[in-house]
Amino acid sequence: MTQLSGTGRIFQKAIVDSLSLPAFILLTTMMGFGSLARSAGFSPEMSALATALIWGLPGQLAMVELTTTGQALFAIIFACSLANARFFPMVVSFIPSMTRDKTSFFKLIVFAQLLSINSWAMCMRQFPDIAAEFRKLYFVVFATSIMSAAIIGTLIGYYISAILPDALLLGLIFLSPLFFALVLSAVARAGERASLILGCAVVPLAHLYFPGVDLLITGLTGGSLGYLLGRTSAVQRLL
Amino acid sequence: MSNETLWLIVLGCAAATFIWRLLGVVVVKKINPDGALFEWVTCVSYAMVAGLIFRMIIMPESRLAEVSLLVRCAAVAIAFAAYFGFRRMLLAGVLAGSVSLSVMVSWFG
Repeated sequence: MTQLSGTGRIFQKAIVDSLSLPAFILLTTMMGFGSLARSAGFSPEMSALATALIWGLPGQLAMVELTTTGQALFAIIFACSLANARFFPMVVSFIPSMTRDKTSFFKLIVFAQLLSINSWAMCMRQFPDIAAEFRKLYFVVFATSIMSAAIIGTLIGYYISAILPDALLLGLIFLSPLFFALVLSAVARAGERASLILGCAVVPLAHLYFPGVDLLITGLTGGSLGYLLGRTSAVQRLL
Repeated sequence: MSNETLWLIVLGCAAATFIWRLLGVVVVKKINPDGALFEWVTCVSYAMVAGLIFRMIIMPESRLAEVSLLVRCAAVAIAFAAYFGFRRMLLAGVLAGSVSLSVMVSWFG
C-alpha cells in the first residue's frame, strides 16, 4: 500500500477531509455552545475564547451549565477540568502515532492544545494512509481548520440562538456524538475495540455511583479490562 | 455574575483543561510507544471517549434529555444502518441519524 506524501497534497487532503464533514459538525455543535454561553451571561469574546482555549465540548458545557446555576468559581473550574480529563490519555496515545521524531517541548504543547476528539479520531483513522513525516502537517492543518469552524460556529450560535425551531436544534446537537460513534466504529485493534465496548458498558454504573468522576472511572476500569481482554486470543478472534 | 468573575471562569477552565494536556506531553516523553504501558493508556483513552459518547447519547445532560430514549436509540440505529449501507460513508450516517431525530421529534414531540 502506498502512503500519501508531499506538502501540497497533504495540505489539500487535510483541508478537504476537514471540510467534508468534521468542520461542519463543529460549526453546528459550537452553535449550540454559543447560544448556551449567551444565556449564561458570557460575552461573545469570552465564548469564542472558551472554544479556542478549552477546546473540549464536555468541559465547555460543564462550564456554561454550572455558571447558569450559579455555582462557586472553584466548583465550575473543577467540573470543567474533570469533564476534559480524557485529554491526558488522548495526548499520550496520539503523539507517538503521529511522530516518533525528537520534537521540542513547545511544539508538543501546541499539538496537545490543538487536539480534540474530532482530530484525534479522524487522524487515528487517516494516519496509516499518510507517510510518517507528513502526519504532523496533516494534523496541524486539519485541527486548525476545524478549530476555526468551531470559533465561527460559537459566534453564529451566540448571535442567532433563538431562531432555530426546537426539532432542528436537537438534531444539530445530536450530530456531534453520532459522528464520534460512527468514526470510532472503525477502530481496528482487538484491545481498543474491547475498550470501546466496555467503556459503554461501564459508564452507566460509574455515572450512577460516582457522578463527577464517572469518566475517569470508566476509562480506568473499561480500558484496563479491554487491554487485558485484547491480549487473549479468543477476543482477538471475536473482535 | 460580574464580568471579572466570568473572565476568571473562562480562563480558569482553560487552565484546568490545559493541565491534562500538559500532563500528557510530560508523560508521553517518558514512556515507550511500543510498550505495554502505552497500549494500556490507549485503551484507557478509548474507553473514556466511548463512555463519554455513550453518556451524551443515552444519559444526556444537554437538551437532548428532552428527546425520549427510544427516539435517540432509533436515530442511532438508523445512522449506523445508513453508514454501513452506504459503504461506510460518514456523511450518510450522520445525516440519516440527525434528520431522523429531528423528524421523530417533530412527529412525536
